[in-house]
Amino acid sequence: MASPVNSRFLVGIFDDDDVVMKAVREVRESGVRIHEVYTPFPVHGLDVALGHPRSRLGIAAFLFGLTGLLTAASLMSYTEKFDWPMIVGGKDSFSYPIYVPIAFELTVLFTALGMVSTFIISNGLGPTVKPLMFDLRTTDNKFAMAIDMENNKLQESEIETILRKSGAAEVNVKQF
Amino acid sequence: MHITSAVRTPLVSNGKTYADVTEDVCKQVEGRPTREWTIAFTISALVLVYGTACVFYTWWEGLGVWGLNKTVGWAWDITNFVWWVGIGHAGTLISAILLLFRQKWRTSINRAAEAMTIFAVICAATFIFMHMGRPWLAYWALPLPNTFGSLWVNFKSPLVWDVFAISTYFTVSLVFWYMGLVPDLATIRDRARSKVSRYVYGAFSLGWNGSAKTWARYEYMSLILAGISTPLVLSVHTIVSMDFATSVIPGWHTTIFPPYFVAGAIFSGFAMVQNLMLIIRVVFKLEDYITVEHIESMNKIITLTGSIVGVAYITEFFIAWYSGVEFESYAFINRGTGPYWWAYWAMMTCNVISPQLFWSKTIRTSVVWTFVLSVIVNIGMWFERFVIIVTSLHRDYLPSSWAMFHPTLFDISDYLFSFGLFFTLFLLFAKFLPVVNMAEVKAIIKSSSAQLPKSVSGVAKGERVTAPTFNKNAD
Repeated sequence: MASPVNSRFLVGIFDDDDVVMKAVREVRESGVRIHEVYTPFPVHGLDVALGHPRSRLGIAAFLFGLTGLLTAASLMSYTEKFDWPMIVGGKDSFSYPIYVPIAFELTVLFTALGMVSTFIISNGLGPTVKPLMFDLRTTDNKFAMAIDMENNKLQESEIETILRKSGAAEVNVKQF
Repeated sequence: MHITSAVRTPLVSNGKTYADVTEDVCKQVEGRPTREWTIAFTISALVLVYGTACVFYTWWEGLGVWGLNKTVGWAWDITNFVWWVGIGHAGTLISAILLLFRQKWRTSINRAAEAMTIFAVICAATFIFMHMGRPWLAYWALPLPNTFGSLWVNFKSPLVWDVFAISTYFTVSLVFWYMGLVPDLATIRDRARSKVSRYVYGAFSLGWNGSAKTWARYEYMSLILAGISTPLVLSVHTIVSMDFATSVIPGWHTTIFPPYFVAGAIFSGFAMVQNLMLIIRVVFKLEDYITVEHIESMNKIITLTGSIVGVAYITEFFIAWYSGVEFESYAFINRGTGPYWWAYWAMMTCNVISPQLFWSKTIRTSVVWTFVLSVIVNIGMWFERFVIIVTSLHRDYLPSSWAMFHPTLFDISDYLFSFGLFFTLFLLFAKFLPVVNMAEVKAIIKSSSAQLPKSVSGVAKGERVTAPTFNKNAD
């Protein structure tokens, strides 16, 4: 997330997720570009309404899983077949059905750790990251729609009217 | 769309608003510790200190301080290990499997249940380290290049699978739980008054600001995590059961072990969730979030899994006779009528008969009955593992080496250690972290709340029900 420096934002505060959902549509239809909407809980369909592209996290997860599977397969086949062949319980040194449990576990482990790391990095999260809060109440019970004034041609007063008409309870100015 | 069938009772009662959810859950985190918490924490910490001393004595002296003998080489250590791992399974079932099945009632209980999972797996792991006797050599279980030639671990052994399964299970559960906590930690961060808590909760909330894009990715990630955790949780107890099933001991060498162990794990896990939740909802005044509806749903799962376990017990007995194998038959006759008959019948009564009482609606919606029966189920599940392990071992192929197992003070104290550890960790969690997933409860509150005041919600519930296309337009 690029940190906006010296940007002026108009922040519409909404009380309800259904209202903010409707407002996103109305505000976009009236030609205003929305920077982002901040909500206290996931609102389904909001990313689609805002026109965000579909997340590609699934692809990352699949690739990490594949890495895990290949790691397990190569580790076990190398050690059991080439490095130190060993017959245990009358089974051939290379008996692949018996590799299934560990191959599965490592697939899951790599998928989970890889995907979560990708999520954290791609969203610019981290223990030392200072959150970009448009309104502190958005982690409690309010929904904030941030509009970057640099990106919009309309006047501030016009945008404020549009926000209020679409259901905003308050409209504040936030400067970063 | 926020539409709920009229016959469903609300999941969150008394018309709680979004702000109420934050307030009710954060109150525990922000306020001073209550008297009940302080007393409970002191007791747990004292038990933990005593237990730790006993565990170190066990390591110092060696496993001879336990009641093991050359016939019964596994007893309370492995019993406790399997028991704790099993308890952990309910948390993942609630957070992953019920998420995939879109069971909204899980939102009020998943946080605490997942915490229980993590702490239970930690307790289980401590028994593995105790059982090793020489825990400083634990790294021998890992496939590391070593100084003994290029000899590797035996990948064909279920004990090595267990190392991978348990450590993966612990890591993935921890990550799943922590990612679920991040938005709620941000809530606490933004409400925090003191500098220290703003800094600490700020660092752990990773700079979360709840943007729509982050939430969309977050939901997607949770779904994939749930998708991979579901087979993971089933695989863990399957592999634990293979520790027994791949051996040639009569009573252990059984192909029904994997489903039977998984059902038993969920059974005991839900009983433990009930015990913890029934206390939490009263002490933290969360009766509106963890309602009788939740308790009843969990009791239904307990009845289902308890019945599966019952069928498994009877199947085992039948197959022991039907197989015509003399040793197999004897192992089971010995379980029911041998010197450990009391353990077998304690298991049968607690696990097969007692959960059937939940067919009565009065009993399964009663808090007292639920609590008592959940304790009984957990006792029964401990006996199940004891019966499987000790009674299968104590009379082996050679009658001259038949023996009994007598627990010593250190068997008991090392078991107490795990309770001290579990409750100390759980109480710390209950004090410093939100015990209910606020973000998820807020997301279901409208569809499940009886009456949400119009002033708060903006649109009254009545309007939403009469005009269900409201949200559809936005898509």
